[in-house]
Amino acid sequence: MIRLESLTKVFDTQKGAVVAADHIDMEVPEGEICVLLGPSGCGKTTTLKMINRIVKPTSGKVFINGDDTTGLDTQTLRRNIGYVIQQIGLFPNMTIEENITIVPKLLGWDKTKYKARAREMMAMIALEPDAFLKRFPSELSGGQQQRIGVARALAADPPVMLMDEPFGAIDPINRAVIQDEFLKMQQDLNKTIMFVSHDIDEAIKMGDRVAVFREGKLVQYSTPDDLLAAPKNAFVESFLGEDRALKRLNLVKVREIVTDEIGTVIPSDTLESALAKIDDYGYQNAILMVNERKQPAGIINRSIARTTKGYCRDHFQAVPAVVDLDDDLRKAASLMFAHDQTWLPCVDKEGTVCGQITQRAMTSHLGARYRARQGDDRKPSAAIKE
Amino acid sequence: MPIRSIKGALKVLVLVAIFFAGVWSQSSGVIDEFIWYLPDVQYLMVQHIWLTAMSGSLAIIVAIPLGVLLSRPSMARVAESLMQVLNVGTTIPTLAVLALSMSFLGIGVLPAVFGLFVATLLPITRNTYAGLKGVNPALMEAAAGIGMSPMQRLFKVELPNALYVIFAGMRTALTINVGTVPLAFLIGAGGLGELIFTGIDLYDPVMMLSGAIPTALLAIVVDALIATIAFLIVPRGVNPGRA
Amino acid sequence: MELLQYALDNASLLLSRTIEHIALVGVAVGIATLTGVPIGIAITKNERVAQGVLYMASIIVTIPSIALFGIMIPVLSLIGHGIGYVPAVIAVLLYSQLPIIRNTYTAINNVSPALREAARGIGMSPNQRLRLVEIPLAIPVIMAGVRTAVVLNIGVMAIAAYIGAGGLGTFISRGISQSDPRQLIVGAIAVSLLAIIVDYSLLYLQKRLTPRGMSREAAAT
Repeated sequence: MIRLESLTKVFDTQKGAVVAADHIDMEVPEGEICVLLGPSGCGKTTTLKMINRIVKPTSGKVFINGDDTTGLDTQTLRRNIGYVIQQIGLFPNMTIEENITIVPKLLGWDKTKYKARAREMMAMIALEPDAFLKRFPSELSGGQQQRIGVARALAADPPVMLMDEPFGAIDPINRAVIQDEFLKMQQDLNKTIMFVSHDIDEAIKMGDRVAVFREGKLVQYSTPDDLLAAPKNAFVESFLGEDRALKRLNLVKVREIVTDEIGTVIPSDTLESALAKIDDYGYQNAILMVNERKQPAGIINRSIARTTKGYCRDHFQAVPAVVDLDDDLRKAASLMFAHDQTWLPCVDKEGTVCGQITQRAMTSHLGARYRARQGDDRKPSAAIKE
Repeated sequence: MPIRSIKGALKVLVLVAIFFAGVWSQSSGVIDEFIWYLPDVQYLMVQHIWLTAMSGSLAIIVAIPLGVLLSRPSMARVAESLMQVLNVGTTIPTLAVLALSMSFLGIGVLPAVFGLFVATLLPITRNTYAGLKGVNPALMEAAAGIGMSPMQRLFKVELPNALYVIFAGMRTALTINVGTVPLAFLIGAGGLGELIFTGIDLYDPVMMLSGAIPTALLAIVVDALIATIAFLIVPRGVNPGRA
Repeated sequence: MELLQYALDNASLLLSRTIEHIALVGVAVGIATLTGVPIGIAITKNERVAQGVLYMASIIVTIPSIALFGIMIPVLSLIGHGIGYVPAVIAVLLYSQLPIIRNTYTAINNVSPALREAARGIGMSPNQRLRLVEIPLAIPVIMAGVRTAVVLNIGVMAIAAYIGAGGLGTFISRGISQSDPRQLIVGAIAVSLLAIIVDYSLLYLQKRLTPRGMSREAAAT
């Protein structure tokens, strides 16, 4: 857990005092990733760097796991906080192994322990230990270097990590890959992480919570979904962009809005009974046909059922697309658009049909938050802590 | 292709030239004259090397800590102006340095070593300072961020990363040093300069060359020696020679 | 005080030797620039030749000046110029090659590939590219090389007094041989001041020659 209490930084410049961070109060619960988001010069990086005192706070306190760090000696504090920066900062004079083991060495681990730890870290970031440990940073690609940077920060297993635009210098394709890898690692590691970013999409993807900064002040601190659904003011709204409702599609899983009520037919049903079912359920165009294991097998069109006689198994069409319960709405929407459908069958892990998702349900789910907000006069759903 | 043939032609030409030079020198007795100077060369060479070693090692011992000290953040204000002074200092010709040293300390080994020391000190200090200041700030932030103490940062990060530049400074400085030692003869400190200057005065080419050729070779050897040491010592990841 | 008196008494001698010193270094470095810059440009065409040329030039600089004089005297005696200003000028010419060739070579090579591509893209011929883009961008760095050469060789020329080349070194050599500290110190200070002043003047010139819009960083070398 990281808690900031009234954390303030005032820089003395030639043009007078500049308040880079103004009484920041916030708390990151244990095991969560908090993304500090905002335009450049908004104070997000200053706030982050005050936690490990790369920037010395003017006033205020930092608590880690409930303990006030003010009295702690700077080096002890830093050795217990993982730190990743955009420029990576691997030491070019040291091998990969020396880079990864530097903090354990500073903490006085014995040799067998930190050597083993280096191999463990390499396995975690999916780089072959024998191929990489003895090499030098200059021999690695940017993406590999940043993985090593993360490994170095995690080597001594600190409870807390600070990451300053860690993936900012990596090309978009590799960035997405590293982000995914990192999120996967975090599921096992459960670190408490503060993460600076200026990229709204990255913030939504990585953050359990997002803190939006502007001119040294914390403007809004909420979950990504709350942030997108209920921006606290015009600044946040414009920063999030006009397509913020679409961005929320990333955050909602099919599971959350699926209706398990779905009418289906089996191949041995007659078209007549299929037509009756279509009308019973009130479907406009078609009904899903499933096989004996309840897996999607085809589509029976209403027009065919009405004009033709026979069995479903002889008159079905291919299923255009299905979505998985763990897919996000963005994928569902994309499939609907691509296949010109207003609904899609949903399947579980075994591939059995367990419901359907409709365009109507999606828009109504997304819209619910906005409608609710208009009633309570722009009050954000999750207020800034304390 | 043309390069190779030009190189080949040059090689042949050089070999032919060496052959005729050999024939000429043997027939005219020059070789015997050189051999006659051999004991002198040996004796003066030892003196020469001693002067370089003495002034050079003193300069390294003083210059590197001085450069490190000046590069500390607490010294930032003094450092910039002091570096200006050192920069001006490096433009002063070595003959002038030795002459000034002599006018204060008289003649002999002491003023020579002192003058050589000063001339060697400046480039090393300058490069040490520049090398340390040139270390990527991101590295320094990373080093601080993972909790290294200032001393650990200096020894584990700053110095290894500045080492190549520091060695370049030592190489320049010691090459200048070896080349200046002949002038030390002028203020009475001996060395191979004795053969060169006396040779010029007496217009004795053999004597002159007995001094000049070993001096030139010595400078090339010292230069190559330091380059080799740098190649071996500077960590592989930051050594352009061992990419 | 005594020194100042001596300097004033010998003001005209001091002046003429300073001019002599500047002239010798100026002529030699001038010729060196005329040879070094084209060589530096030419070797950008071939990496291997470039390494060879730069290696040769760096070996020459490594040879101590007095040793170089010593080696040249017997050779030049064959044409009757063993001592005097000829070996001095030749030595300065040789020493100047490294900084000038090296800086020209690096400067031209360091012109950003994007600029070079842009120049090609708008249809410049290789010669136009060199004349309109590469050389103007390289001039500050080439000037820095010339400056290094001049400062280095003011010192070399001082030593050349011992082979009868004249210049300010004469005060020092006479000061030593006649055990006259006044001549010695005045000579040493004069040659030091000359080096410092010339260094700063050339630095100023170098900055003036930097095309506006180019960062000062580029001229700092």
